[in-house]
Parts: sequence; C-alpha cells; structure tokens
Amino acid sequence: MIRLVLTRRDDAPAWMALVSPLIAVALTLLSGAVMFALLGLDPLKALGVYFISPISDGWALQELAVKATPLILISVGLSLCYRSNNWNIGAEGQFVMGAIFGGWVAIATHGAANGPWVFPAMMLAGMLGGAALAMIPAILKTRLAVNEILTSLMLVYVAELLLDWLVRGPWRDPKGFNFPQSVMFDKDAQVMRLMADGRINLGTPIAIIVVVIAAIMMARTLKGFEIRLVGAAPRAARFAGFDEKRLTWTVFAISGALAGLAGIIEVSGTMGQLQPSVSPGYGFTAIIVAFLGRLNPIGCLIAAVVLAITFIGGENAQISLRLPLDVTRVFQGMLLFYVLACDAVLNYRITLVRTGGAAA
Amino acid sequence: MLPAPPLIQAKAIVKRFGALMANDHVDLSVAGREVHALLGENGAGKSTLVKMLYGLLQPTEGTLLWQGAPFSMRNPAEARQRGIGMVFQHFSLFDALTVAENVALALDGHEPVTTVSERLAEVSRAYGLPLEPGREVWRLSVGERQRIEIVRCLMQSPRLLILDEPTSVLTPQECEGLFATLERVKAEGCAVLYISHKLEEVRRICESATILRHGKVVGSCDPRQESAASLAEMMVGSKVAPARHDRLTVAGEVRLAVNGLSLPSPDPHGPSLRDVGLELRAGEVFGIAGVAGNGQDELFAALSGEMLAEAAGTIRIDGAAAGRLGINARRLMGGAFVPEERLGHATAPAFRLSDNALASGHATNSFVRRGMIDRSATRAWVDHVVKAFDVRKGPRDPEAKTLSGGNLQKFIVGREILRNPRLLIVSQPTWGVDAGAASLIRQALIDLSRSGAAVLVISQDLDELFEIADRMAVIFHGRLSAPLDTEGLRRETVGLLMGGAGFAADTVDEAA
Repeated sequence: MIRLVLTRRDDAPAWMALVSPLIAVALTLLSGAVMFALLGLDPLKALGVYFISPISDGWALQELAVKATPLILISVGLSLCYRSNNWNIGAEGQFVMGAIFGGWVAIATHGAANGPWVFPAMMLAGMLGGAALAMIPAILKTRLAVNEILTSLMLVYVAELLLDWLVRGPWRDPKGFNFPQSVMFDKDAQVMRLMADGRINLGTPIAIIVVVIAAIMMARTLKGFEIRLVGAAPRAARFAGFDEKRLTWTVFAISGALAGLAGIIEVSGTMGQLQPSVSPGYGFTAIIVAFLGRLNPIGCLIAAVVLAITFIGGENAQISLRLPLDVTRVFQGMLLFYVLACDAVLNYRITLVRTGGAAA
Repeated sequence: MLPAPPLIQAKAIVKRFGALMANDHVDLSVAGREVHALLGENGAGKSTLVKMLYGLLQPTEGTLLWQGAPFSMRNPAEARQRGIGMVFQHFSLFDALTVAENVALALDGHEPVTTVSERLAEVSRAYGLPLEPGREVWRLSVGERQRIEIVRCLMQSPRLLILDEPTSVLTPQECEGLFATLERVKAEGCAVLYISHKLEEVRRICESATILRHGKVVGSCDPRQESAASLAEMMVGSKVAPARHDRLTVAGEVRLAVNGLSLPSPDPHGPSLRDVGLELRAGEVFGIAGVAGNGQDELFAALSGEMLAEAAGTIRIDGAAAGRLGINARRLMGGAFVPEERLGHATAPAFRLSDNALASGHATNSFVRRGMIDRSATRAWVDHVVKAFDVRKGPRDPEAKTLSGGNLQKFIVGREILRNPRLLIVSQPTWGVDAGAASLIRQALIDLSRSGAAVLVISQDLDELFEIADRMAVIFHGRLSAPLDTEGLRRETVGLLMGGAGFAADTVDEAA
C-alpha cells in the first residue's frame, strides 16, 4: 500500500506566498493552451482572445472595471471571513438578497416623486439584505454548532428561488409583455455613471474605497488583529479576551453586507431592473478571487481584475471562436485548483510512504 | 570466554533534522538485565535517540547492534518483533474503548479480545500491575493508563523495555509501585532503558547512566556513586543555584478569594471543579499540586476568566466579585495569567513577539490608540521584556515559534510580570524549559511575590513547588485540599493527597 503524507514546511520563505499565485496563473495558461489545441484551435490566438482582448482598448477596460467591481466587493468581505476561520460559501445568495432588498426600494419608489436619496437608500437596503441572509449561518454556527459551509451554501438556492418567484409573481412589470422581470428602475434609482459614453459607474470607486478601508483595518487596527488571531490561533485569541462568537457574527455581517452592496450595484448599474438571474456566479468566483488574492484586500483587488478578464474573455471567445461560455468556468476552476495545489506543494513536503504488510 | 556483547548498542549515531543536529555521534550500550538511565535536559536529544532504537526514526549515520550484530528497523513493528517495547510519555490510547480492546488493537497479531483479556489479566497479576480488562480507558487515572502501556509491552515478552519519563505523571506512591515493577521486570531478564531528568529516582533504580547534552554524550557513570548535584552538573554543564527564598514573614491582605467554585469541564471526560475554595494573600507564592488531568486546566480557565463561573461572588479579586468578568476585565483589576501551553495558547506560533505582546496586553498596556495599533509601542515593549528577562533570539521581532521553549517561556512570563500585576496566576511555569531559564523564571515569581503581589503556581512538578511555594494545596478530581504550609511539610503527605487519600469519599468513588 502506498500512502501520501503531507508534512508542513516550517522553513517556507515568505516570498512563496506571493510567487505561488503567479505560478498558478502560468500553469492555468499552459493548461488552457493544451485545451485549445485539443479543441483544434490555435492556442496562441485563443489565449489572445481570452486574455489580451479584454485589456486591449478603453471600452474593454471599462467593461473590465464593471466586472471586477462585484468581485472586489465580495472577495474583500470573504477574505475577512476566511481569515478568521469562518467559511462563508454563500456570497452568491447574499449578492442576490442585496439585489432583492435594494430592488424593492427602487420598485416601491417607482414612478413616485423621488430624489437623489433613492440610490443611497437602495445601497443601504442591499447591504442590510445581504447581511441578514449571512447572519443565518452565523447564528446557527454560534448557537447550535451547525456547519456554516453547508448552511451558507444552501441559502444561495433559497435566495435565488425567492428572486425567481418575485420577478415572475408580485414584482413582475405589468407592462412587460409577461416577461419575468421587474419595471426598469427610475433615473434616481440607478448608479451614477462616471462617463457619458461608457458603462463604468460609481460602484468601482466605492469598491476601491472598501479595499483601502479593509487594508487599513487588517493591518493597523485591533479589530483586524482580532480577525487574524482568531483564525491563526483560536485559543490564544480567547486568552487575549476576544469573543470568537461575536467575531463570527461581525465578519459574516460585513461580508454579507458587501456582497449585498455588490448585488444592488450590479442590478441598478448594469441591468436597471430585476431579472430571474442577476449574477453570472460572482459570489462563487469571488471565493477564487479571495484565495488568489491571499486573503488580503489589496491582493483581492488584483485577483478580481484577473478573474474579470476570464469573464470578458469568455464572452469574446463565444463570439469570435464560437466556444461555449462554460470554457470560462473551466478556466476559473483550473485557476482555483492550481492556486490550492501550488500552496500545498510549496508549503508542504510531500512524501510517498510505502507501508509494508507487517506494519500495524 | 569472551564477555557477552551488550544487548543493544548504538555506535556514533547521528540524526539531523534540517540544520539541527539532534544526535551528534551518540554512543550508547545497554547490557542485558540492566536498568540504564538516559539523562538529559529537555531538548538534549533523548527522545530522538530512543525513537531510533524503537524504529520510529531512522538514523542519518551510525550503526545499531543487537547482541553484537548490526541491524536496522524500518518501523516499530520490527522493533517489537525483536523484543523491544516502549512506553511513551504521551499515551496512545482510545478513551472510549476498554483496556483489553486497546491492548488487542496494539498487538501485531490478530488475537480475539477475549484471549487478549485473559492474558492481560494474567500478566498484570504476575507483575503486580492491577488492571481490569473490561474498564473503559476514560474512567482510569493517568497512573492506570500508564499501567496499560506497560502491560501491553510486557505481554510481548520484551528483551528491552524503554520508558520515556514514566514518573512525570505519577504520584510519589505510584512511583514506588512502578519501581517495584521494574525490579520484577529486571529479575525476569529484561533490560530497561529509563529516560528521565529526575535525578533522585535515577540514583535509586539505575545501575548505569548515559548523559546527553545538546545532542552529545557528555558522560556516563554509575548514578549510585554520584550525588544529585554532580549528576545535575553533568546534565546542565554548570552549577545550578536553587532559587533564593526568604521565608515569608507577614502575609498581606487577601488578593484572590475563591469560595464554593463549581464548574463543569468543557471536555466531556474532563474533571469538573467541585466546591473549590482558596485564599491567596499578597506577598505569598501559593502552589497547586496534583497529577495532570485533575482539574488544573479547568481551574486556570476559571481563575483567568476564559471560562466564566456560575456566580460572580465565587471568585473575588481584591474583594470585588469577578466570577462573571472576562479575562481582560480581570487584567484591568491587576490580574496577569500565564497558561501551560506556550504555543497556541499563551502565544500564536506564527505571530511576531510584538503581536503576541499585543494579544495579552491590549487592554492594559497603551498599545492601542483610538482602535489603531501603535507598533512602535509594542516593539518597544518586546525590547523591554527581552532585556529584563534575557530572552535570546535572532532578529529583533521574530515569530514566537522560532524561539526555543525556554526563551519563549521567559518572554511569556516577562510580558506579564513587567506589567507589575497584583495577582499572577501561572500554570506549569517551567514545563519543558531548560534549567537556566527555569531558575530565572522561579526567581522572578518569588521576587514578584515579595514585592507585594500574590502568585498562584499550578504545577505537576513537586520539586518546583517545594522550592518556591510558601503554602500549597492539592487538586484531585476537581476538588482542592486544605492549604498546607510548605515549611516542615513532608512529600509523602502531599503524595497521599495527590493519590486521593483524605478527600471526601464521593470524590474517590466517582473516580473509581
């Protein structure tokens, strides 16, 4: 019998943490080239469509910012959770719930005399919605010791089905020719566009401000220290007088609120209405972003841009190479796989142990 | 006729772990029917050496000889086939299984539990190691668990029995029982390799000794011909001064009063605290003796505030009810705490010393201003602790896990003492610490008490308590004995209490 044994390297140098995601990206590109070759395409041309065209002109860059914004917002929140050993897998649902809560404000004020307060109110409602959904797994975890991975994941489907029901039922646009969608939001209920001729909107600067605040919080404040300590050494955190349960609530609430904020910005910024599906999987992709970004807010910003490229590249490839959109998922999956694999190989010594028949 | 070759012999054994030379050309030779001591401080390389003799580790260089013939072992199963048995310091038993089931699991053959159980009863009778095969392990005391491990080895009729620090978990009376067993084992023709750093017992039961220091053999001797002081000198490499200790003249006011403290253990098999009471006065060092696992962890958690008491009044600090206050509130009342576990509890292993200073001091020291961490303040505090407590380290602010046990412990104790606490509660202050650091730490505890603080020391090391405590009490199955004055106290008295004699009958009953 042969057994695989992983032993932690204590001498792993710090630069490895930075090099590992770069190696992962390189391996993903390499595997992508092989995949394209097997599909009978010119690998270089295909990779060009995937990874170069999204950053080749001004319009594409704006589109990139629009796609990266929700990934940044969600992944920053998730990195706080993961740092403190709270495994929130349900950001997709919190994103949807944010869209529902924020969308409700837009629909309720539709056609009425309203003002510039509507969009801030939508953002607030969206954050509240995301946080409320995220608090369910947090409370179940701290009160009843229920595994938060399962509950947060399952609540994704609850949120998605709720949205589906709303836009087909009570919130359907009466003048919408029976399409399952809500009314178009009023002008006051839409995110401010930053450029007259582009799609980039106020969400991007908001995301960058969130990154800066989170980076300062993690590096300089006692709260950030608490998050890091609870995750790295829970018993030492208790000795330091930090309340693990309250922290679980805090990080779930923050990450839910950020996912909800991303949801309402996405809905009001790029769609202008609620539809049965409001996300191409941002909440799940953000998990990859958080790990690729080393659970560090600034790292998340960079990683979100990388993942946003795969989204846009996937759309471009669909048009010019006639590849199915699922190839994007394949790329994202490979990327996560290689990030985790590189971390394992660089941080652990892997040995094959042959166990003889006589061994106990 | 040539003299018989030694039973087992190690020649120029080298074991490297990365850059660390754990064993540096070590020679060892144990004759048949000999009780041989392997002496050395923590970290001297004793455990590494015996793990190679038991097939758990492979030597980097050097040869092993069995009755004069070279051999090698790939795993412990081969060692057991050859007749080598080992009793570890940390037992590998399944709490939920019975004694017989545990032994059956460990035997390499495929014997049914019923025959194992019969043989076990036979062997345990023959060697005077009473055990009930059908009892679940979690019901047993530490001493009884050790008996399982010994019987398990004896059932394979070993030629060599290796014991790693066997008495560190036993009461003095249980130690006597162990020594009697070893006599019988020896009479049966088995050799014993006895690892210890307790000099008195080595002098009593061993007829030869090999002394290790920093991975090298620094001497071998007949311990019966040596004094404890001369053995200690060989072990440590210099003379070790006992802590300077003036008799306590006047006890001050009560700093910590515990009254009727009962608390269930968070561990389902752990001992609950039951009606614990004690009064700790300013100026004194108060010791809590006891065999491991009798409620020490629970007591520390209750006193530190990591676990809250059921009623506020059961714990009073300077007269104020503190039972429902968290650890930081108690720190603000002048309390300071040093837990047993250095890595993972007292410190986060991957965090720098400055962050670890912040962890225990963020409420009391001015490390945080308006929510922001003042890094220059935490670094300056590390420098201060390092200087005052002679913490040796490489870079200015290294990660906690890179320090040696002794240096990290000096940092942890220093970080608390330099805050000038009025009350210090410390668990196992010198466990696994080198002799130099241990004596520095003990002196610091005494000095702190003489400056007017109250110091509570929870320790399994009776020698340590007799050295530094003014009074002591014994914890047994979650109950605390009445306090005893150390002056004129006999070790046997404490030993009997550690074994449960003198406690209320229900305590002992529930234990049995």
